[in-house]
Amino acid sequence: MTDTTNMLAKELLGFYQEKLYEEAREAKKEGKLVCWSASVAPSEFCVAMDIAMIYPETHAAGIGARKGALDMLEVADEKGYNLDTCSYARVNLGYMELLKEEALTGKTPEKLEKTPAARIPLPDLLITCNNICNTLLKWYENLAVELNIPLIIIDVPFNHTMPIPLYAKEYIAEQFKDAITQLEEICGKKFDYDKFLKVQEQTQRSVAQWNRVAALSSHKPSPLNCFDLFNYMALIVCARSKDYAEITFKKFADELDENLKNGIFAFKGNEQKRVTWEGIAVWPHLGHTFKGLKNLGNIMTGSAYPGLWNLSYTPGDMNSMAEAYTRIYINTCLDNKVKVLGDVISGGKCDGVVYHQNRSCKLMSFLNVETADMLQKENGLPYVSFDGDQTDPRNFAPAQFDTRVQALDEMMKQNKEGVPNE
Amino acid sequence: MFTMGIDIGSSSSKVVILEDGVNIIAGEVIQIGTGSTGPKRVLDDALSKAGLKLQDMARIIATGYGRASVKEAHKQISEISCQAKGVFFLVPSAKIIIDIGGQDVKTIKLDSKGSVKQFFMNDKCAAGTGRFLDVMSRVLEVNLDEMEEYDSRSTEPASISSTCTVFAESEVISQLSNGVAKENIIAGVHQSVASKACGLAYRCGVEEDIVMCGGVAKDLGVVRAISKQLKKTVIVAPNPQITAALGAAIFAFEEVINK
Repeated sequence: MTDTTNMLAKELLGFYQEKLYEEAREAKKEGKLVCWSASVAPSEFCVAMDIAMIYPETHAAGIGARKGALDMLEVADEKGYNLDTCSYARVNLGYMELLKEEALTGKTPEKLEKTPAARIPLPDLLITCNNICNTLLKWYENLAVELNIPLIIIDVPFNHTMPIPLYAKEYIAEQFKDAITQLEEICGKKFDYDKFLKVQEQTQRSVAQWNRVAALSSHKPSPLNCFDLFNYMALIVCARSKDYAEITFKKFADELDENLKNGIFAFKGNEQKRVTWEGIAVWPHLGHTFKGLKNLGNIMTGSAYPGLWNLSYTPGDMNSMAEAYTRIYINTCLDNKVKVLGDVISGGKCDGVVYHQNRSCKLMSFLNVETADMLQKENGLPYVSFDGDQTDPRNFAPAQFDTRVQALDEMMKQNKEGVPNE
Repeated sequence: MFTMGIDIGSSSSKVVILEDGVNIIAGEVIQIGTGSTGPKRVLDDALSKAGLKLQDMARIIATGYGRASVKEAHKQISEISCQAKGVFFLVPSAKIIIDIGGQDVKTIKLDSKGSVKQFFMNDKCAAGTGRFLDVMSRVLEVNLDEMEEYDSRSTEPASISSTCTVFAESEVISQLSNGVAKENIIAGVHQSVASKACGLAYRCGVEEDIVMCGGVAKDLGVVRAISKQLKKTVIVAPNPQITAALGAAIFAFEEVINK
């Protein structure tokens, strides 16, 4: 067994990511169940049933970041998936087709052989909910039909008003019970409620450490660049119900606390301006977007996206858990989205906002125009939006990004130099 | 003291040489942009016109899409800030700038000091840009500088889509084959460009004075169409293609002075 005691947070992150994939591959070999899950679907039920978990969105992001998305997108294109469909879905559906072909023919397709991301096994069951988008429903239905495997769906209604009404929580909590019944049938064993409570408690400990890390960007200068959260996020998605996430985030938060104490900050040199990034990362161009901001003296200290996994609830209370999974800001009305993002901007002491008009994520992007307008009326901060995509590299133009970000930088500089916008 | 602003766009290259931050002693344009011989040629032309050498420039600032490739420049500034600076210098009453270049349509809102308050640009789509007009001019076999005149003779502007250059081109071809007069098609093309720019202007909040710049501002048919749609007077910046280069030259002057 590998000794993780002296590992740095960065090493722990790599170690546990690989370990999770290895566990899933081993589970498959041993004939145990593997589940593919949506990123913000409750992981607690499957983990309590000892099911190995794979998260296609994280896997697709990894393929994108390692410049391997085009191969998978081509497979999905050939299968007839429309280019307007979410690129996470297309990358994953393409990957699934290749895995299926391999299983049916015994031959590994070339594109699968050379894909740069970790190898994942085919699922035996699926779980999704629609708290982050409705594309997930069709995406997972297609997986279920193509692979002829069971699909657990938890319907999480959109919150048109806040606070969340009791009936909505009860509706979701009832479906949790159905999910448990479905799992009992699929696994052929009784649900272990004691273990479930422990898994819930573990999830809360992971979330607490995640929130501890995220809060550190409020320091000025900041010990944390929120671009790092885009990477660490892999474990809050894939391992929040295990101690892997808690251990890694605790280590990371401890390291950052220590850095803060010693005056070591995330921006090497002088942190000049702080920005909020609204939306998913542009994974295939992560380096370009990071450097584009950094070279202008900017650090990202605000991002609402990692906050999607602030899934705090009371273990043992199904309604409380239901609320955690439905209150995430992209499942709520415009007013609440504006409030959440406004808090992120002020919490990160930001000087401006970058909105990613993400061709894949309609739910996050379509409200951006109105959100940006409302927030600017509130805080007067300059903002800019750029066209991009989370995993389809063809939908991002570096020069267009650079121009917009440079102009934002100049506006922020002008504000800081005491020539306020009126 | 001389300063220089170099604006390398997607379809043209512009250089302005400024004396003491106020006198434009050269303002040259060559209708080919980044990646071509345009940048070098326009630089040589401007220096030759001013009777100066590169070493005479106290500071050089580059802007435009090709700004990073201008080796002579001491610094790069975005075309948004440079347009604001240049236009405000020429028209101090400007509140909204509509800039239509080769591949960009942008609207910029200024504060009373001429600083950028907000700006909006087109997405990755050539509809409503100079390229759009280039394509239409080719299909219609009418030179760009003749389009305004055709437009002025229009009796009933045709309806042309503003969502996609390629589709709009097909529409124009089909209108031509249906016998629609070129005058009416060109007026429709101008309206299509205007609707794209006005969409962005509305987001900025329409406030006078509205100043138009960029290569497309030379086509008065577009200017008229924008003015009509916004129901406001649109002022065309003097020598509208060099305003960003002028802004860059002013920034260069200010940086030398404030050092």
